[in-house]
Amino acid sequence: MSLRIVVCVKYVPDATGDRHFADDLTVDRDDVDGLLSELDEYAVEQALQIAEEADEAEVTVITVGPEDAKDALRKALSMGADKAVHVEDEDLHGSDVMGTSLVLAKAIEKTGYDVVIAGMASTDGTMGVLPAILAERLGVPQVTLLSEVKIEDGKVIGRRDGDTASEQLEASLPAVVSVTDQSGEARYPSFKGIMAAKKKPVESLELSDLDIEADEVGLEAAWTAVDSATERPARTAGTIVKDEGEGGKQLAEFLASQKFI
Amino acid sequence: MAEILVYVDHVDGAVRKPTLELLTLARRLGEPVAVALGNGAADTAASLAEHGATRVLTADAPEFAEYLVVPKVDALQAAYEAVSPAAVLVPSSAEGKEIAARLAVRIGSGIITDAVDLEAGDEGPVATQSAFAASFTTKSRVSKGTPVITVKPNSAPVEAAPAAGAVETLAVTFSAQATGTKVTARTPRESTGRPELTEAAIVVSGGRGVNGAENFGIIEALADSLGAAVGASRAAVDAGWYPHSNQVGQTGKSVSPQLYIASGISGAIQHRAGMQTSKTIVAINKDAEAPIFDLVDYGVVGDLFDVVPQLTEEVRTRKS
Ligand SMILES: Cc1cc2nc3c(=O)[nH]c(=O)nc-3n(C[C@H](O)[C@H](O)[C@H](O)COP(=O)(O)OP(=O)(O)OC[C@H]3O[C@@H](n4cnc5c(N)ncnc54)[C@H](O)[C@@H]3O)c2cc1C
Ligand SMILES: Nc1ncnc2c1ncn2[C@@H]1O[C@H](COP(=O)(O)O)[C@@H](O)[C@H]1O
Repeated sequence: MSLRIVVCVKYVPDATGDRHFADDLTVDRDDVDGLLSELDEYAVEQALQIAEEADEAEVTVITVGPEDAKDALRKALSMGADKAVHVEDEDLHGSDVMGTSLVLAKAIEKTGYDVVIAGMASTDGTMGVLPAILAERLGVPQVTLLSEVKIEDGKVIGRRDGDTASEQLEASLPAVVSVTDQSGEARYPSFKGIMAAKKKPVESLELSDLDIEADEVGLEAAWTAVDSATERPARTAGTIVKDEGEGGKQLAEFLASQKFI
Repeated sequence: MAEILVYVDHVDGAVRKPTLELLTLARRLGEPVAVALGNGAADTAASLAEHGATRVLTADAPEFAEYLVVPKVDALQAAYEAVSPAAVLVPSSAEGKEIAARLAVRIGSGIITDAVDLEAGDEGPVATQSAFAASFTTKSRVSKGTPVITVKPNSAPVEAAPAAGAVETLAVTFSAQATGTKVTARTPRESTGRPELTEAAIVVSGGRGVNGAENFGIIEALADSLGAAVGASRAAVDAGWYPHSNQVGQTGKSVSPQLYIASGISGAIQHRAGMQTSKTIVAINKDAEAPIFDLVDYGVVGDLFDVVPQLTEEVRTRKS
């Protein structure tokens, strides 16, 4: 039987752009170029490697996001994923992690899966909790923050490098996995891959296809509220000296003046 | 007075510093009730009491060590149901965030992660967070359910505030999901004897400019002269010169020390994301145009192989 791999990918504002908030204090997605979150490329890469190892496998990439989020799907398809699902609905604007995870969970269930693979965190929200929430919602094991992952005999086996220890983990499928940027560099799409991606199916879903009511998601239904966002004041210009042989001593003088020594 | 549930991060009974900081924040909101799980849970009580915990709920079972995350969620949920707190605070470690997030789904509450400050507000706790690589500061609230908030290390001072700290055993029934992910082996990280990166008052970091694992000794020597922790950029980590556990930045640790010294680090946005909120920033870089210099209080344009050893020498002399 074919191994069904679903990869969660997010379309995010480019981190090297001038990211800011919109008037309603949601992330401004209009003024800054968007792209497939770099951290989700690692998830696509591991999915492709697992698929290559399996006898038979199908990789579906899924995103919840605006029209432009198709770019993220197309990038993942050009890397080698087989098909894509795009959940798009104007009522989704401003959803928080609870809303997004609800939509993803329903869409993943509808798609059918043996393993879900996500990135370690989105590069805009950087919460890093969605995979754990998905596991909770789907009622399947979470095998998250892996720097190494493989699937063998219907099991996910992986290594999680934590704060105080490195752990070897094991869970039966179906399961939710997330991988870190230590899991291995993601491949670049080949020219052939880019051409092939244009013909791969992208299914569009709306909230009504998932039996989700408009008032369950979006900014109004978010379980958290941002009251203000202020730009951090630019740091006051510091002293910069050129080392003419005494740079280390000058630095020590500065540290002493600040009572660090 | 309302009770505030505080999840305790400890290693075999030794409470880690971020939990003591959480108690300081919890006292701004109500009376802290601590929840300590796993091996040595009861041994945490003395330290927690000294820092303001009125009660310490403890549970120990093999499941906490043998399976990932979910047993701890089950226990925290049991504590939540027993206490009916006004808020739940959890340290922002990778595991802490996952525990908090799953609890939030279960109890139908919103979650705020990586707060750097907390204060009481008319509509519940107000959390300060950093966004977009710390270029913005936001204030947010949980608007549904009991606020579940994870807080980063170094967000508040550790304060002595003696309280009863009465130990109570927490009854926990594990859910069907609890044994879903088995921990088949665990290798504890070896201690270097240096301060924890996220807790250190001073962090000395090296990047690609350090140019080799063997040269990291220069960075370590400076760190040791200052009693500092050692950090590294991703470029240095990817090159295999320093362990990933020491990486500072978006996909590494986020640090907020009194003093951050960057050597041979250009200051890419992803690196800044993990150190931009440091109080005083110092950089040594041979490229005067390196973006790290936009952040510094004091910068030396020069070769780190000249400047760092001279600095170390000078620190040692001044200290002795
Ligand atoms: C999704 C994502 C996540 C990332 N996460 C992180 C992260 O968590 N942490 C992180 O650090 N990076 C992260 N990065 C990588 C980041 O973009 C940069 O590539 C990285 O920070 C560069 O490291 P560096 O400054 O050491 O190297 P470089 O950018 O190569 O800079 C080296 C600097 O050293 C200077 N130098 C060289 N020789 C000397 C010398 N002898 N004396 C003095 N100065 C010298 C050079 O002038 C240069 O400025 C991430 C990237 C992505 C896409
Ligand atoms: N809108 C979304 N659509 C698809 N996947 C997402 C979305 N948001 C988050 N994810 C996935 O969840 C991971 C963690 O996200 P977060 O918890 O938001 O930091 C990301 O790396 C993605 O794999």
